[in-house]
Amino acid sequence: MAFDKAEAKSVITTPIFDNNPIALQVLGICSALAVTSKMDKALVMSIALTIVVAMSNLLISLIRHHIPSSIRIIVQMTIIASLVIVVDQVLKAYAYEIAKQLSVFVGLIITNCIVMGRAEAYAMKNGPGMSFLDGLGNGLGYSALLMSVAFIRELFGSGSLFGYTILEPIRDGGWYQTNGLLVLPPSAFFIIGMLIWALRAWKKDQVEAA
Amino acid sequence: MSASNDSFSKTIIVAVGLCLFCSLVVSGAAVMLKDDQQANKAADVQRSILIAAKLVKPDEQTDFTKLFNEKVEAKVIELSTGKEASQFEAASFNQRQAAKDPATSEKLAKKEDPASIKRKSKFAKVYLVKNGDKIESIVLPIHGYGLFSTLYGFIALEADTRTVAGIRFYEHGETPGLGAEIENPQWVAKWPGKVVLSKTYEPSLELVKTGAQDTNEVDALSGASYTSTGVENLVNYWLGNKGFGPFLAKVRGGQHGV
Repeated sequence: MAFDKAEAKSVITTPIFDNNPIALQVLGICSALAVTSKMDKALVMSIALTIVVAMSNLLISLIRHHIPSSIRIIVQMTIIASLVIVVDQVLKAYAYEIAKQLSVFVGLIITNCIVMGRAEAYAMKNGPGMSFLDGLGNGLGYSALLMSVAFIRELFGSGSLFGYTILEPIRDGGWYQTNGLLVLPPSAFFIIGMLIWALRAWKKDQVEAA
Repeated sequence: MSASNDSFSKTIIVAVGLCLFCSLVVSGAAVMLKDDQQANKAADVQRSILIAAKLVKPDEQTDFTKLFNEKVEAKVIELSTGKEASQFEAASFNQRQAAKDPATSEKLAKKEDPASIKRKSKFAKVYLVKNGDKIESIVLPIHGYGLFSTLYGFIALEADTRTVAGIRFYEHGETPGLGAEIENPQWVAKWPGKVVLSKTYEPSLELVKTGAQDTNEVDALSGASYTSTGVENLVNYWLGNKGFGPFLAKVRGGQHGV
């Protein structure tokens, strides 16, 4: 297993801006819409997904020479599903309130295209160390976008960050008129769209040929 | 990848081996974390009771167990008589398990089962919220079928046993955005003050689609007719003679007062 420091660094950092799983590949949108109304929910979801991608990449890469190609998708799914169940159980034991709010979305990490995509595209062809870092990088890319969306939605939708009031809403006797649209899932669509626009205006090479 | 990977025997070996390994990991995690998860669930039920009885606000954080032990007295009662069933320990009594045990439950015929619960425990755990010797509110566990799932919740009644103090469902599997709106704080806020027992103490709750007018009417949830009907049926069932009716009569008679 060749381990190149420069390559390792690029594997982690490229998915954050240059090849973001949500912004460039437009994967994993479903959960990005659903769990970004509050920062704490988005943070727990980000951590859960990052752990699952990194660990599934590691495990799949470890046994990649022994996976029969006829059942490889099933094998990947089984590993991913087991990891997700373990993460879900841990959340229910140690972060019950948040786990209740995230409800089905932790379970739905199983079908998150980012996890499957990285397993099939990277972990099946590369060594365990690099695969782990690739999973970590993609998890961080997902987290970066999720946290940005949640930051905008919670700050302007509820006037708070991580549950702490920043802009005092009118209904609590303050001055800030909360934006009701930002509390609803469709607003995440608009915000992700605008973030993709901003990102592609900054990094022109991400613009797809018309 | 070598060709031998795709042989029949290798495929089977990998599949079986992987399944064994994964099942070990999953069941290991489930067993190890079970205690913490159950403690969380129990604390959440206590919190639901406190919220239904309006002792804490839904988003308030405090030591729920301490407040619960201070203010709330749990009792196991026999539903048919309304008397306290002292053969059960209130702390360890589990109504869902009791409903499964033939010795402590009865099967309901379809006609007698508007809440679609199929088996009913003969005993139930009720919670009296007291201030000194005076009952402030009575919290009753209720459950019944909505559209997709059994709804579990608590309804809190004022000391007159007719007026709702609060309601809260803590477990269900209804559609998010439609039936799951039974958790919506705005809808839950419509309940307090509703008079759900008539002057003759017959259950009289109605969930209406045309805007609630009378004190026994609550707005139904839009887009969730079945869930709303389920809520109406289960509340009326549990407050009726087959449910907590005899117990509530005893409370009015002052027999659970002290």
